[in-house]
Amino acid sequence: MGQTILTVSELKTFYRTRLKENVHAVDGVSFTLEEGKILGIAGESGCGKSTLALSVMGFYFPPLNFKSGSIVIDGIDIMKLSREDLRTKVLGEEIAYIPQSAMNALNPTKRVGKFIEDILREHRPGLSQEQMQRLAAERFEILNLPTRALTAYPNELSGGMKQRVVIATSTILNPKVLIADEPTSALDVSSQKIAIKLLKSLLAKGFVKSMLFITHELPLLKHVADDVMIMYAGQIVERGRIDEVIFKPMHPYAQALMGSIIVPESDIRGHRLSSIPGAPPNLKNEMKGCRFADRCIHTVDECRKEEIPERARGERTIRCLFDFDYQSEETAHERR
Amino acid sequence: MNGDSSIVLEGRKLNRQFGFGRNRFFAVSDVDFVFRSGEIISIVGESGSGKTTLAKMIMGLLKPTSGEVMFRENPRSLRTKADREEYWKSVQGIFQDPFSSFNQFSKIQTLLLDCINLLKLKLSEEEKMNMMREACGFVNLEFDELYNKYPFELSGGQMQRLMIARIFILKPKVLIADEPTSMIDACSRATILDMFLKLRKQNDMIIVFITHDLGLAYYVSDTIYIMEHGKIVERGNAATILESPVHSYTKRLLADVPKLKEAWDLG
Repeated sequence: MGQTILTVSELKTFYRTRLKENVHAVDGVSFTLEEGKILGIAGESGCGKSTLALSVMGFYFPPLNFKSGSIVIDGIDIMKLSREDLRTKVLGEEIAYIPQSAMNALNPTKRVGKFIEDILREHRPGLSQEQMQRLAAERFEILNLPTRALTAYPNELSGGMKQRVVIATSTILNPKVLIADEPTSALDVSSQKIAIKLLKSLLAKGFVKSMLFITHELPLLKHVADDVMIMYAGQIVERGRIDEVIFKPMHPYAQALMGSIIVPESDIRGHRLSSIPGAPPNLKNEMKGCRFADRCIHTVDECRKEEIPERARGERTIRCLFDFDYQSEETAHERR
Repeated sequence: MNGDSSIVLEGRKLNRQFGFGRNRFFAVSDVDFVFRSGEIISIVGESGSGKTTLAKMIMGLLKPTSGEVMFRENPRSLRTKADREEYWKSVQGIFQDPFSSFNQFSKIQTLLLDCINLLKLKLSEEEKMNMMREACGFVNLEFDELYNKYPFELSGGQMQRLMIARIFILKPKVLIADEPTSMIDACSRATILDMFLKLRKQNDMIIVFITHDLGLAYYVSDTIYIMEHGKIVERGNAATILESPVHSYTKRLLADVPKLKEAWDLG
């Protein structure tokens, strides 16, 4: 077991809308992240995965608000720091973020090298212009970007290259935790593979110490992550080793999610994909009991009575009262 | 796919170039295709391989530099407005980004009414309402909930389903779907794909999927066309292509898709 880098406990955050309603997007999430590990977070749109990523960085701005919980990175409780300390000492240095639409994350009027220089000037004030450029060039080389890209404008680069520029920019200070929020959802399969390879090599070479990887593409997650958390309506419903969760999901929601996977393997043709009826609950309302109850095929009265605690089942943790086994050994596709 | 079904759309040596002189770039070169009634086709390639340009040419939104599109065994003509209206009654498209496919200033019912009016049928108000209700029912949307709402109030999955509701009203012979599921998550993707298959069953429609995801192509289609640098490098039955790809580009594409059971070579 590696050293624990990030500990998040009972984190609760909410959005406050213009109509003064509170949307409880992250509702009591706890997890730990160890050195050298990639933790995957999966779930459908609107389940709070991106909000969780933003919340873990501890930098809140309206409409996102902090309610309770603690975030400890390398022994520092970042919620106790002042906003200025957080910005200068934690963001970028300890924890960094790759946004979802990296394609649009770059200022089109600046040359690419400038983004890296900006960060270095703020965080490493002693460096000279040449040192900064050398650092940037070194990092570009690691990410397989040509040196000429440093002086290019973002619109001169392809989607895959822009994504790599964003990766280079966010990891230039060698953060301990890297949060990748759907880093490849806008890329085609070939550039996706290249980007994933580079992310993994950054971890292997020690430039980043650990990673949170957010996606809804479970086949991709299988090859990237060590552990996975399945998120639904702001809560973690199942967590465990990636292979076990994918091939033998225990929570009814996780089971339904695995049924909607499409991969080019010979046994998926002709099978019906299962889709989950209904829509996720409205997070504005205070909820009692299991959040998945309205869409679950196994729901009984007890499910709706009180908050379902997380409990261990084998090596896994699930948030369900019952033990449902995945119906067939033969993975996701057989069930339909 | 049965061989005797009639040919609806055919492309002969389609070419499209952008720019001139030193900047000349062939986006699509010498592409032939034959779409038969009731067939589902996928055109697969990475970004920049020219698949969207090809789709636009099939839809008649871009003029081919050379080559011909045959529609029902006659050369397609889009010269007059009447010609175009006639063609677009039979050939329709769904685009990648549902958020930008709708006029954001129109309410949902206006959007659907526009479609109904395209059909040029004489219908009473009530019949139109019923038609909209039926279309929304087909895609599992509640019309009464959508009434008086604007497109931006819907989620991506809902919008893409609304797009399919429009197709349901128009009942075209050919549907070109350009990456219809790349912006929505895996759960809604299954729902959307099922709806396409249902539509095909009802109307004997040709569906052309433009995608970079071989998994999706394999799941839905009868025939797969693989496109690289503007050329079709491999075509054939979906199962055959997947089980025994011949061209090296197809092999690479296949290797790049993360799979569940097989290892994904990240070395």
